[in-house]
Amino acid sequence: METRARKTRRTPSVILAEFKSAHEVLHAAEKVHEAGYVRWDAHTPFPVHGMDKAMGLKDSRLGWIVLAFALTGLSGAFVMMHWMNGVDYPTIVGDKPAGAPGTLPSMVPILFELTILLSAFGAVLGMFALNRLPQHHHPLFSSDRFRLASDDRFFISIEADDPKFDLDATRTFLEGAHAHTVEVIEEDAS
Amino acid sequence: MAYWEPIRELGEEPLIQPGSKLREVTHDIASVSETAAPRGWWICFLIASSFTGVFALCVAYLFYRGVGVWGNSSPVYWAWDITNFVWWVGIGHAGTLISAILFIFRQRWRTAINRFAEAMTIFAVICALIFPGIHVGRPWLLYYVFPIPNQMTLWPNFKSPLLWDVFAVGTYFTVSLLFWYTGLIPDLATLRDRSLTKWRQRIYGFFALGWRGSNRHWQHYERAYLILAAISTPLVLSVHSVVSMDFATSVIPGWHTTIFPPYFVAGAIFSGFAMVETVLLIARSVFNLKRVVMMRHLELMNKFLLLTSLLVGYAYAMEFFMAWYSGNQYEMAHFLKNRPTGPYWWAWLWMVIPNCVVPQLYWFKRFRTSIPVMFVISILINIGMWFERFVIIVSSLNRDFLPSSWGIFRPTIIDVGVFVGTIGVFFTLFLLFMRWLPMVSMTEVKGTMPQADPHRHSEDEGAHDPVKIVDEEPSGAGDLVPEGAE
Repeated sequence: METRARKTRRTPSVILAEFKSAHEVLHAAEKVHEAGYVRWDAHTPFPVHGMDKAMGLKDSRLGWIVLAFALTGLSGAFVMMHWMNGVDYPTIVGDKPAGAPGTLPSMVPILFELTILLSAFGAVLGMFALNRLPQHHHPLFSSDRFRLASDDRFFISIEADDPKFDLDATRTFLEGAHAHTVEVIEEDAS
Repeated sequence: MAYWEPIRELGEEPLIQPGSKLREVTHDIASVSETAAPRGWWICFLIASSFTGVFALCVAYLFYRGVGVWGNSSPVYWAWDITNFVWWVGIGHAGTLISAILFIFRQRWRTAINRFAEAMTIFAVICALIFPGIHVGRPWLLYYVFPIPNQMTLWPNFKSPLLWDVFAVGTYFTVSLLFWYTGLIPDLATLRDRSLTKWRQRIYGFFALGWRGSNRHWQHYERAYLILAAISTPLVLSVHSVVSMDFATSVIPGWHTTIFPPYFVAGAIFSGFAMVETVLLIARSVFNLKRVVMMRHLELMNKFLLLTSLLVGYAYAMEFFMAWYSGNQYEMAHFLKNRPTGPYWWAWLWMVIPNCVVPQLYWFKRFRTSIPVMFVISILINIGMWFERFVIIVSSLNRDFLPSSWGIFRPTIIDVGVFVGTIGVFFTLFLLFMRWLPMVSMTEVKGTMPQADPHRHSEDEGAHDPVKIVDEEPSGAGDLVPEGAE
């Protein structure tokens, strides 16, 4: 609450509210969303059913990233096999044609495998990119209570740079949403 | 959109001991890596690492002398090496089957076993990949199988099923590893948050990537998991199909059959489930996970084993039928004479009895729910499935078209040492996994509990219930901020 004059000035960066059940956090999230906050998040030990809707999140775009990776894998596999066995060093085995289209049937397994391989990388790396992971430093990690977010507690965090953020008003608001505890996390002001 | 949804509907049985709390699940699973290992773990680990030593010695001798130290000789040039490869790849199938196919079909009982099975997949595929690596004779030239420029300006032959195998098994290993790691991230965050020492926090924290359970993250995470499951489903069916093509595209009687891809996939799933069960039963008793791995899960696994046993039995019968129905004298000589009555008749019996006859006991609930019975049967199935590959490979090769070139394969002590050694490698890796990583997915198990249902009122959550006030003390966290303080 107070901003004492220290060597490094500390300013609030996140306000963190703790809830005890999935039911409570879901309703609180609905209230935060209705109140018009934008830079906020819910933290739960497992994905809570209906939370995306309560938070008003749009559908994940990950599928499009995976599609791009899949097509890269498919076309890359075709180009590789056709160029290596058909163009650069035509390899004739068993009197079969060296390159496409004659070898297309024998290309199927590797076309398939490389499509899957690249799709899997697309899914995992795309998920990391959309989530901005890895991110080992975050203001929330300075809260001791927040350690329970991966155990059995549920949290809502509202960031200080949210346009609607006001330290006292936001705290009162979260307390009114039946938060079990409310904590202000401070950060060194730059 | 939680894909592992809470239990809610009428008539649904709980997947975890009723009345368990979220914190108890975290504690049961996470504390394994936080407390001293039980004596049973050390005994298993010492035995397993001794066999790993045997493996290292045998492979060193193999590299020193060459593949002649094995029993492989004319006409049986593929013997235990490829048998072991196919056996291990097959075992590796259950993991992705459980994590992908059962996920797509919303079989939520998988949450108790999926992490386990995925780890098993990875270690089994490592053991499998050892064999193509060491059986090439000149292991330092192994890079010829990869499409990388070399001094002969030659490229691999992409029409060869052996090369398809490189891509299939390589892709399978990589995708399984990605899938496993993706599933581990939230649980690694739990271990990070519970850690009391700096090094634990740093190491688990490094691999948890700064996961903070954010719902904006869960959204993409769940989509990634769904996509991984969706692409792994055809992948798991393709891998053993491609392995079977190593045989099916040749002209040897006993190998040249179109039934091979589905037959191999069914056998792979069968043996994989059996191995999951063996390892799960050991872990369940050593680490006392009876709250999470319930008899209900084991019974479902036994039903699955019965189903896949019938599929495998059907494939065996169909091989015989097609040999006779084709009218081809070589096929008939092989299937109707050489396999059941030839020099390897005993191996054939080891294949048929444990794989097709013994699992029929699972028609009876008494056997499906008996721990000693299922432990013995799961091991018998693994032996039977090893002999299936031995019969397919060795007994097909030992008598080909010309009786003058027939011969008998006899394994050497190095054959035995390498094979038994990989079992040691597998269990060493597995025991390390059980000790240091959460062996059941805490996140997914919590997601199936009644507490995960957001429409359920929180009266028995402890929030308004003074009886459950003991629940107030969070474990693992250090100094707690007093209520309402900043």
